[in-house]
Amino acid sequence: MQNAVGEVQHVVVFGGTSEIGVAIARRLVTPATRVVALACRDVAAGEEIAGTFPDHVRVEVVPFDAGDTASHERVVAEVVERGGDIDVAVLAFGVLGRQHELDTDPVAAAEVVHVNFTGAVSVGLAVAGRLRAQGHGRLVVLSSVAGERVRGALPVYGGSKAGLDGFAQGLGDALHGSGASVLVVRPGFVRSKMTDGLPEAPLATTPEAVADVVADGLRRGRRTVWAPPTLRYVFAVLRHLPGPVFRRLPLG
Amino acid sequence: MGELVEVTAADAAHAVREAGERGVIARGLGRSYGDAAQNAGGRVVRLRDATGGIRLDPDTATATVGAGLDLDQLLRVIVPQGFFVPVSPGTRFVTVGGAIASDIHGKNHHVDGSFGRHVRRMSLLLADGRVVETSPDVDAELFWATVGGMGLTGVVLDATISLIPVETSRIAVETRRIGDLDTMLALMSEGDHRFRYSVAWLDLTATGAALGRGVLTWGEHATVDQLDDRSAADPLAYAPRQLVNVPPVVPRPGLLNRASVTAFNELWYRRAPAHRVDQIQTIPAYFHPLDAVGSWNRLYGHRGFVQYQFLLPFGAEATLRDVVQRLVDAGATSFLTVLKRFGAANPAPLSFPRPGWTLSLDLPAGASTLRDRVHDLDRIVLDAGGRHYLTKDALTTPECIRRGYPRLDEWMAVRDRVDPHGRWQSDLARRLGLTRGGTDAERSG
Ligand SMILES: Cc1cc2nc3c(=O)[nH]c(=O)nc-3n(C[C@H](O)[C@H](O)[C@H](O)COP(=O)(O)OP(=O)(O)OC[C@H]3O[C@@H](n4cnc5c(N)ncnc54)[C@H](O)[C@@H]3O)c2cc1C
Ligand SMILES: NC(=O)c1ccc[n+]([C@@H]2O[C@H](COP(=O)([O-])OP(=O)(O)OC[C@H]3O[C@@H](n4cnc5c(N)ncnc54)[C@H](OP(=O)(O)O)[C@@H]3O)[C@@H](O)[C@H]2O)c1
Repeated sequence: MQNAVGEVQHVVVFGGTSEIGVAIARRLVTPATRVVALACRDVAAGEEIAGTFPDHVRVEVVPFDAGDTASHERVVAEVVERGGDIDVAVLAFGVLGRQHELDTDPVAAAEVVHVNFTGAVSVGLAVAGRLRAQGHGRLVVLSSVAGERVRGALPVYGGSKAGLDGFAQGLGDALHGSGASVLVVRPGFVRSKMTDGLPEAPLATTPEAVADVVADGLRRGRRTVWAPPTLRYVFAVLRHLPGPVFRRLPLG
Repeated sequence: MGELVEVTAADAAHAVREAGERGVIARGLGRSYGDAAQNAGGRVVRLRDATGGIRLDPDTATATVGAGLDLDQLLRVIVPQGFFVPVSPGTRFVTVGGAIASDIHGKNHHVDGSFGRHVRRMSLLLADGRVVETSPDVDAELFWATVGGMGLTGVVLDATISLIPVETSRIAVETRRIGDLDTMLALMSEGDHRFRYSVAWLDLTATGAALGRGVLTWGEHATVDQLDDRSAADPLAYAPRQLVNVPPVVPRPGLLNRASVTAFNELWYRRAPAHRVDQIQTIPAYFHPLDAVGSWNRLYGHRGFVQYQFLLPFGAEATLRDVVQRLVDAGATSFLTVLKRFGAANPAPLSFPRPGWTLSLDLPAGASTLRDRVHDLDRIVLDAGGRHYLTKDALTTPECIRRGYPRLDEWMAVRDRVDPHGRWQSDLARRLGLTRGGTDAERSG
């Protein structure tokens, strides 16, 4: 249960080894925090990250595969069983894929969409059901600017994020009045495992900076945040550029 | 969010039975500042008040009332008959049920103790739908677990409480302006026992040698011969009025900021006489000054404020000074900071008051620097053997409550006996791990 000044007791990260997800969890830890749950594929990696949290926080590592939708209700139930009411749930898993490989491998492309979109819909609904029953709690969804206007260089990843973004907004509306809510996060280029070795795009940022933006958005009760925040204005323009101009932009 | 259901005492059991797995909690007027009377995802029941149901027995100086009745309504009936409530908090707008569940204290704690001490008996709706009678003689364990039990043992349906017989509806007040905290503590220690009522207001904006300066007021129920002729003609006249309403639209982030609070505190301090005796005040003016400013809390802007109230045992005066210093250093813009000296405790395991000093302040919820420091204060208070007031709590943690209330397990055992399935639930209980069977992090781990 969140206290009167918005300090949370229980945070869960789905994709618990994500650099952005872990940075958000770390940022939300206060003396009032009891439990951080890391729901991840790689339990050993999760255990390692667990050791880096402050002593007063109990870290629960829970096995979770975003692609295994049949297990999602059970995973959420296990998180609740171990840590009680969820104050903040972060959906941080995702795969970028190598577009030039995906171009010729529709099965691999479908797998990217399955994790980024289908998996997020499935676990997102399982979490939302729980938050609705609790009557409180926030779902933080890591969307991406890549989904705001999908580029020719990243159609599969971008398309999956566009779908996810739309789903998350709709879910936020569906939860209206329940006490629970959704925060959609649209980062630009973030230096993490996912982008390791890729050329940096303009306005590149860090997982910690994204975490600051998320914490601020939660405190202010926002429904959408951009990281860095100026991207909101950049995309207000980009969204409306004519196709021929958009295609020629050096967006990384 | 919880679903709010208004019920009469007769259909309360039904409303409780119908509640889902997130359980149910009673609510009075919601004047507890925190989340004690909230139940996200579950049900909240409010007892419809029964003004007509006040049964006053002048011979025993007791009143039997529905627990949804508030002290404002009660005072309007009993004061003209020559009686006063045994304990009055800083607002009349609290219910008898809420007064029992929080075991509230007033300016007379050092003489009369807290509310629970004046409850002769009560009827309690239990989780299984039974209604039982309890008193200090009948299932005393359940009685004292309910006093201060934050609604987590059941719904108090009605109660018989002792009243204070009074000759007049006025208070004879002695006021002193005190230049620093040490002098204040010394004067209260020496002088409180001579008066039924005592409380001090502290100016948290004063620094240096004036640290903890404030205004001490002592009071007694006035006798008829203390009144002037006009008042003496109708000595029990009682007509409280709500004077001003803060306009609903307040410039954000609220009228109160460091500058205005400092100005207000300075004015308040200067306005108080250096020493004045035998001033005659009305009950509302003396006990409920904030009620005269309807919705005064809006002054803090839309994010409101949180209350921080703790207790330090006698002997920990140095810690008290340290905490006051830290609050001043942190720039705590508290509009009203109140210091009170407590008397003896009662047998209730979760009752807040025990011999010592209690300080209550309101802090703007938006101030993040202050928020970070409050957790340090928690530790200092607990290390010195102190505790926090559950009904006003907004910030503490399960450990803080465990440390501050060493009899928590004893209380829980009684609670579990009358509510084995954890039907009574509240946000406070979840956050602080007060109930078993709930979903709080602390107890399921
Ligand atoms: C301006 C102001 C000044 C105050 N000054 C003081 C003070 O000087 N001293 C002091 O001690 N407190 C003080 N308080 C706090 C207040 O007295 C308590 O929080 C009180 O419990 C509020 O009563 P309520 O009827 O509004 O109850 P709520 O706030 O609605 O509920 C408080 C608790 O009581 C329980 N409860 C309510 N009704 C019942 C029932 N019928 N059966 C079982 N449980 C029930 C609730 O579940 C909850 O746990 C002050 C509050 C304000 C706003
Ligand atoms: N980095 C950026 O530039 C950027 C920009 C915008 C949006 N985002 C989004 O932000 C989120 C976090 O990304 P990040 O930067 O923190 O990258 P990251 O460190 O690579 O995190 C992604 C995580 O997703 C996990 N994951 C992948 N497939 C999974 C599956 N099937 N089941 C469970 N977990 C799975 C990965 O776990 P393994 O370690 O087990 O593979 C990894 O921990 C992602 O949704 C990403 O799309 C990132």
